[in-house]
Amino acid sequence: MDIVTTGFAGTMESSDIMVTVSKAPGAGITIQLTSSVSKQFGKQIRSVIRECAESLGVKDVNISAIDQGALDCVIKARVKTAIYRACLSTDYRWEV
Amino acid sequence: MQEKLRRTMMFVPGNNPGMIKDAYIYNCDCIMFDLEDSVSYAEKDAARSLVFHALSTIDYGDKELVVRVNALNTPIGLDDLEAMVRARVDVIRLPKTETAEDIVFCDAQIERIEKTIGIPVGTTKLMAAIESAEGVLNAPQIAKASTRLIGIALGAEDYVTDLKTNRSPEGIELLFARCMILQAARAAGISALDTVFSDVNDEEGLIAEAKHIKQLGFDGKSVINPRQIQPIIEVFTPTLKEIQKAKAVMEAIAQANKRGSGVISLNGKMIDRPIVLRAERVLSLAKAAKILF
Repeated sequence: MDIVTTGFAGTMESSDIMVTVSKAPGAGITIQLTSSVSKQFGKQIRSVIRECAESLGVKDVNISAIDQGALDCVIKARVKTAIYRACLSTDYRWEV
Repeated sequence: MQEKLRRTMMFVPGNNPGMIKDAYIYNCDCIMFDLEDSVSYAEKDAARSLVFHALSTIDYGDKELVVRVNALNTPIGLDDLEAMVRARVDVIRLPKTETAEDIVFCDAQIERIEKTIGIPVGTTKLMAAIESAEGVLNAPQIAKASTRLIGIALGAEDYVTDLKTNRSPEGIELLFARCMILQAARAAGISALDTVFSDVNDEEGLIAEAKHIKQLGFDGKSVINPRQIQPIIEVFTPTLKEIQKAKAVMEAIAQANKRGSGVISLNGKMIDRPIVLRAERVLSLAKAAKILF
C-alpha cells in the first residue's frame, strides 16, 4: 500500500496509543516512540509497530507513536488503522 | 446439558482500549462490544480494528462474547461482519431488526464469510435487537428466522421514541414489547433479553426493573456499567428455600428412577415435567451464582 496522506489513530487516554503515519520517500520504516514504559517495553513496542507496517506492505513511512500503556493488540489495531487511513484504503485484511 | 446463562450482558464501547482490556474482570455472563451507538462515525474503522484484535488476542474466559455491529444496510455494518466473524466472535448482535428478512440477510452474509475462511457454517450465532414498533410486531417471525439465533433483545430507547413516548420508572410503555418479545423467544426456544436501565445511580430502580423482567420470564438484562451487574445477579439468584425445594424434586426423581417407577411424587404431590424444568433452572442459576456446587 502507498501512503498518500497523513493518517492518525488512537487517543492520549490510558491503555491507548496515539499513532501518526506519514510519507517518508526513500527513508524505509522509521519509528519515533514516546512511552512512559519505553525502558521496559520500547523494543517490543517498536517491533510490533514495524511488523504491522511490513504486514501491510508499507515500505517508506514515518510512524510516530505516543504510548499510554497499550497492549500489543491495541498497538496493532491503532497502527493498522492509521496506515489504512494514510493510504486512503478500505481494503481491510483481517489478519492478527 | 446446562442452560447458557445470560443474566447480565455488559456493553463495552468498541473504541475504548481501557474498558476492552479490563472487561474480563467483571462478573457478567456476556460481554457485548459495541461498534454501533457508542462509536462516532469517524471512528468506526478504528473501533472495528480494535475489537477485532482484542477478540483475537485477549482470553475472556468462559464469558460469552457478543459484538453489536452497525446496521447491515450500510457498508460499515458489512465491514463489521467481515471482521467479527473472522475474529471468531461467539454472537453477532444485529441492531434495529425490523423483519425476518433482516435476519435472513445477516445469516446469509455470515454463512458466506464462514465458508470463505473455512469454519463450519453455523459457528457464529446471532442475537436480534428489536427497537421499533414494526420489529415488535414481527418478533415471532424474527425469532424463528435463523437457526443461528440464540436470543432476541429489546432496545427500549429507540423503541419508546418510535412509540412517541418516553421511559417511565414503572415501564408501562414497555409492557407490550416485553411480552411480545418474551412470547416470541419462548415459542422459538431462544433467550429473551431485556433492555438497559439507563440511570446508573438509581440502584433501587434497577432492582425493581430486574425483578419485573424476571417475573415476566426474561433471561437477563443488558448493563451499561459494571456497578449494575451484581444487583441484577442477586435478583436472578434463587433463595435458599427455592434451592432446597429444587433439590428435593431432583432427589425424588432419582429415587423414582432407582425404583423403576414412572410416577414421581414429593410430599404427596405428583411431580410433572414443568416442575422438573423449573427445578433444573433454579439449580442452574444457583450454580452460576456460586451458592451451589
